[in-house]
Amino acid sequence: MTPANGSTGPAAPEVPPDRATGGVAGPAGPAVPVQPGGPGGSDRVPDSTRDASAKKDYSEYGVAVLLLALGIWAIVDAMGLADAASARGPIGPKTVPIVVGLLLVAMAILLVVDVARGGRGEQEGGEDVDLSHGSDWRTIGLLAGAFAANALLIERIGWPLSGAILFFGTTYALGSRSYIRNVIISLIMSVGTWYLFYAGLGIKLPVGLLKGIL
Amino acid sequence: MDGINSLIEGFATALTPINLLYAFLGVLLGTAIGVLPGIGPAMTIALLLPLTYTLEPTQAFIMFAGIYYGGMYGGSTTSILLNTPGESASVITAIEGNLMAKKGRGAAALATAAIGSFIAGTIGTLGLALLAPVIVELAVQMGAPDYFAVMVLAFVAVTTVLGSSKIRGFASLGIGLLIGTIGIDPTAGQQRLTLGVPELADGIDVVVVAVGLFAVGEALWVAAHLRRSSLDIVHVDGARMTRDDWRRSWKPWLRGTAIGFPFGAIPAGGAEIPTFLSYAAEKKLTKNPEEFGKGAIEGVAGPEATNNASAAGGLVPLLTLGIPTTATAAVMLGAFQGYGIQPGPRLLDTQPELVWGLIASLFIGNAILLGLNLPLATVWARLLRIPRPYLYAGILFFASIGAYAANNSTFDLWLLLIIGALGFFMRRYGLPIVPAIIGIILGPVAEEQMRRALQISDGELSGLYNTAFSQIVYVIIALLLVGPPIVRLVRSRRGGKGTGSGPDTLAGAHAHANAEGV
Repeated sequence: MTPANGSTGPAAPEVPPDRATGGVAGPAGPAVPVQPGGPGGSDRVPDSTRDASAKKDYSEYGVAVLLLALGIWAIVDAMGLADAASARGPIGPKTVPIVVGLLLVAMAILLVVDVARGGRGEQEGGEDVDLSHGSDWRTIGLLAGAFAANALLIERIGWPLSGAILFFGTTYALGSRSYIRNVIISLIMSVGTWYLFYAGLGIKLPVGLLKGIL
Repeated sequence: MDGINSLIEGFATALTPINLLYAFLGVLLGTAIGVLPGIGPAMTIALLLPLTYTLEPTQAFIMFAGIYYGGMYGGSTTSILLNTPGESASVITAIEGNLMAKKGRGAAALATAAIGSFIAGTIGTLGLALLAPVIVELAVQMGAPDYFAVMVLAFVAVTTVLGSSKIRGFASLGIGLLIGTIGIDPTAGQQRLTLGVPELADGIDVVVVAVGLFAVGEALWVAAHLRRSSLDIVHVDGARMTRDDWRRSWKPWLRGTAIGFPFGAIPAGGAEIPTFLSYAAEKKLTKNPEEFGKGAIEGVAGPEATNNASAAGGLVPLLTLGIPTTATAAVMLGAFQGYGIQPGPRLLDTQPELVWGLIASLFIGNAILLGLNLPLATVWARLLRIPRPYLYAGILFFASIGAYAANNSTFDLWLLLIIGALGFFMRRYGLPIVPAIIGIILGPVAEEQMRRALQISDGELSGLYNTAFSQIVYVIIALLLVGPPIVRLVRSRRGGKGTGSGPDTLAGAHAHANAEGV
């Protein structure tokens, strides 16, 4: 399952087989996936990844740092565990976290090598995904804000209101500007699900401020 | 014969009006959610899990049976009409199916997919019913080392077979295993990786993990890259399958079933390879080779049947050994665990009503699916036009309800956001999601088997490989790890190239979609 391989030809043994597109070896171009047609269907991977690699995308190393941190966390945490008195032989509660930690550390190192040799993580495509521009952090921030608002408020003002804030906030973040319609839809969704869960499934979501009304 | 008798009893369970209603609801919701762009079968099940919190296990799993097949079929509808498959198993369907749709044969493509899914699903489920008792007979003789070996095989297969980068695959598996380790260690009772947070002592709820990685991660990722231009959705017209289409479809349906079921039944990483094989076989056997690459009906009928047969086959290791081979099966396993049920060879004895009710419901769900899809294809197609702000608001909204309702705690909502951020990050840097989810759900079970094996051997490491079966499995694992690089080396020595353009493009498309095997 190494698509770049067949088309890079002789260069293949030197290039890590793990990358699908982009990277230093230009010939990876022909491996552009998916058939022609479907607007944006075929142009999703190359541009952004290639631009990024041209600029030397140091954030790829961030993945390795994260893996390393997680691995070390697992190992350090495991070292702090006491061996159970009943444990026999070399296997105790420590074993699995240490093995997993070592796996993560090893992958962190291999990933650094891979990235240094031009490997790039293949961004995920999809029906609604347009990878020709970078991540839109404003939208993500607004989404996370709407999500956090619900988490903060659900037990104070109840799901019928906090859920509506979440729904409305998300539609706003994603660029819908028909405010009145969205408020109405949001309230129908949150009140409707509250009733569905209460009456249909017997799960009582927090009712909060609307206590007595619903 | 044992299987047949039990199956008849299963039908008695499944055919009560209330259970039929759950099966119908499952199929309807599964298809409707599965059709939505960006939502694959695994996310469909994860999002719908909360609906079953208060149901009896039997009813919950009858509903899951419907959701399972409904979600699968919904995914292929999306790929035929949009060309961008929501899940890797639909990649091949998307190629010819979308070309057919563009030629104005969309209805025929959807019909051959629906009927092929029905036939493959029915034969595959029959295979499951016949094979499950046999496997159980063998599986009761399997010891802890054998189980552990098969689980390691599942980890390695899912990581090496899928995805374009093995390093990133194993990194993802490691992240999954790490998350699976969080909580109180089951044998020694010590807290691991909990950072002293009491809510983490019981581990992270499977709903939170699955919904976080699939739903929240996906919503954040798509939101950050939302396509501003509108999508080209192919219009579905009324041109149904002609007599010629039937003539050209029935053999691919059967061949696809024959290819898909065995591949699903072995723990070797899902439906991608068999659908690819089916496509290659149809391309070779067809009498109309010139149509391939331009919308050949065989190229839809075969892979789509393969996909569904493989889904049915995947239930064999899930129900008899407790080993999931796809993300969808992993989420199902998580759902079983949520009910305190551990699938395995004893499950058929301890919960026969549940298992056979589930299998019977798969037959029923399949029939309902056909009945819903042939007439309703245009309705499903309309769902593709749902405004994106509402679609993703809905995903986050239902993800939040599900996570909150799991334990009635806001802590889970924060956890959901963190895991969603992890899912975003993994999508950005090409870490496949499937190994992570399998690691999270199967990891703790594998650890338990390993420790049991080592307790039996009194701590001797040989306890892990002292059975013939486990040794064979480790050889297979070694081949999986070492084989492909050697083959590649030999091939490049011979001068590379030489393969036709067809397989190359396919492999490219295939690898591309691996990352999104949700």
